[in-house]
Amino acid sequence: MKSQRKVAVAPAANLGAKNTSTQSLASNAGNDPNMAGNEDWLPPKVLLKPPGQLQLTEPELEEELTRILNANNPHAPQNIARYNNKERVFKASPNVDHFVVHFEFDGYWIYKEKEEEAPEAPPAAETTTESTGTETEGGEGAPPASAAPPAEEEKKQKGPLRNQFNFSERAAQTINNPYRERSTNTEPPPARVFSDTVNQWSIYDAYMEDLQAKEKSDDDKQNILPTENNHNEDAYYKNPELKKAMIIIERMANQNTFDDVAQDYKYWEDASDELGDRKSGSLLPLWKFVCEKEKRKQVTAVCWNPKNTDLFAVGYGSYDFSKQGPGMIACFTLKNPSYPEYLYLTESGVMSLDYHPQHPSFLAVGLYDGSVLVYNMQKKVDGPLFKCNAKNGKHTDPVWQVCWQKDDLDDNMNFFSVSSDGRVAQWTLLQNELIYTDVIRLKFNESGTELVGEDEPLFSLAGGCCFDFHKTIDHLFVVGTEEGRIHKCSKTYNSQYLLSFDAHQMSVYTVRYNPFHGNVFLSASADWTVKLWDHCKDKPLVSFDLNSSVGDVAWAPYSSTVFAAVTAEGKAFVFDLNENKYEPICEQQIVRKAKLTHCAFNPFEPILLVGDDKGTVVSLKLSPNLRKVNNIDCAMIYQQS
Amino acid sequence: MSEVEETIKRLAAHKGVEGIVIVNLEGIPIRTTLDADKTIQHAALITQLAAKARSVVRDLDPQNDLTFLRIRSKKHEIMVAPDKEYILIVLQNPHHS
Repeated sequence: MKSQRKVAVAPAANLGAKNTSTQSLASNAGNDPNMAGNEDWLPPKVLLKPPGQLQLTEPELEEELTRILNANNPHAPQNIARYNNKERVFKASPNVDHFVVHFEFDGYWIYKEKEEEAPEAPPAAETTTESTGTETEGGEGAPPASAAPPAEEEKKQKGPLRNQFNFSERAAQTINNPYRERSTNTEPPPARVFSDTVNQWSIYDAYMEDLQAKEKSDDDKQNILPTENNHNEDAYYKNPELKKAMIIIERMANQNTFDDVAQDYKYWEDASDELGDRKSGSLLPLWKFVCEKEKRKQVTAVCWNPKNTDLFAVGYGSYDFSKQGPGMIACFTLKNPSYPEYLYLTESGVMSLDYHPQHPSFLAVGLYDGSVLVYNMQKKVDGPLFKCNAKNGKHTDPVWQVCWQKDDLDDNMNFFSVSSDGRVAQWTLLQNELIYTDVIRLKFNESGTELVGEDEPLFSLAGGCCFDFHKTIDHLFVVGTEEGRIHKCSKTYNSQYLLSFDAHQMSVYTVRYNPFHGNVFLSASADWTVKLWDHCKDKPLVSFDLNSSVGDVAWAPYSSTVFAAVTAEGKAFVFDLNENKYEPICEQQIVRKAKLTHCAFNPFEPILLVGDDKGTVVSLKLSPNLRKVNNIDCAMIYQQS
Repeated sequence: MSEVEETIKRLAAHKGVEGIVIVNLEGIPIRTTLDADKTIQHAALITQLAAKARSVVRDLDPQNDLTFLRIRSKKHEIMVAPDKEYILIVLQNPHHS
């Protein structure tokens, strides 16, 4: 509005000189006749009409419309109510501002000689410009004019004109808050690099472990026992797997050392057996089993395990009355000839051994002091499972033989023992005790001349040395005695013998029933002979003189006509009655300067074990001629002749 | 003396056996009858070999496992029993007379 006002204030002054330039062409061109000639070059004027303009007729155009203009603002509100503090009521205020600005423009053109030019001077020079202003108004000539030029010069120095209003530019620079950077370095969360190679089996293991852990947690959530993790250096002593590994490694080492023997064991066959019609055979010594701990002991029993073809037990003791001492049982395997697999020490010398045929871990043992023991080799204990004592039926003399029998009606295991105190006892294994029953007391033959009056009670019983049970008739057995007689007995009659054989002049060391033909048995005696019997006849079928005390005799498990005998000379004899009725087909010196005490055929392999009184056990391989399979009744051979 | 220790003594005295080393899972020899250098060498190399051999067996059939390893060389036979927690190594000269 300021410029409008300006225009309104000084119209007269401006119109004269400035009209030519400021007035628009459009409004003034037509009105100015002087100028028409100058505008010839311009294109002719065409009245442009908007397309939708209302067409008015002549009279309508002529019609006069009266309009009264007033200064009221049509948009101004008329109902403004304000609170009057004085009267404490709202009152409608009648004073409405009708002032409307339509256009505003600050111009900067100022007439040169006009007084309004003065304020443009700096404040310091204001007084002078005012004075000049008044003087120019007054119209007085020279002296003020001389003062004006410096003001004008000043003005020119200022450059472009400013707004004539007081213009002050103010700025304050406030202090900016300085930027501050603060940061803390926290410790990074621990990170670790894992790397592993994964195989198929490690994945499998992980799954199996996970499965087991799950099952375990399901099973015993209540009783979680703290598992002790003792990783001290001594732990390896207790590791059972390491123990097992040690045993196998030991066997490997032995295999390497005795490689040639192992090869012989498996593959060697005596080629000379096939030469011509030679019927004799030979024994090839294989491993020697010596128990380092007891070199002075004699081998008193040898027994193969019925299930494990390579395992056998050896009993150590002494037959010498004056050299008794503790005994020992050593279980060797062919896989490790240098050291026994199991080792049990006994208080007294071992006299007899037997493995249970159905339960191969049960070993019955008879001792020199008359007691019987039962070991279970599966239990990792050093002592016996059962042991009889003086109260419950212990023999008073050495137990010369023990033999397992069929389980009784209550499925209790039981075995028999024979001792030189004249008793044959049956021992039954109950839950936790060993029960004995005397089967028979070996009396002297009623017809015998030994019975002389009052002496009878002193020598009432004959000393049993050996016995063997009939293979098919359960109750039948034969007993060999110290004075050389053999009695055929039955478990059911404990007062009398079924038959009595006047067999040998010296004590009978062994009696053996034939495994194939039940009625035939062998007896071996200290009187240098081995005799073959039919248990129904009181005379022997045949007698073999071996020129030395016969320690043991054994039937071969594969043939009905083959048996082996060992003598105190250190010789082993093998007979095949089918080949030769009178002579052994093999006679071989096994040891020098030692007496052979026992022999045993391996139930599966062609191996014969021979034990001597120096504590050595030798394994011998039977040559092909010695292991011909026959199923002929021995009795038949001699009946035919 | 424990049973294992007894077996070790016996085995060490066996014909042709030159040494026995028991190595634990970390490959550290915990019992040896060889001298230090040989022990370390054997322990280090055979542990790796046994692990590799087991890996082969297990990879072929995850339910299978390696039980023993015998290495026959011109001079020796090395018998290895790779147990779960220990590896048993026995060095034997089979031609020893």
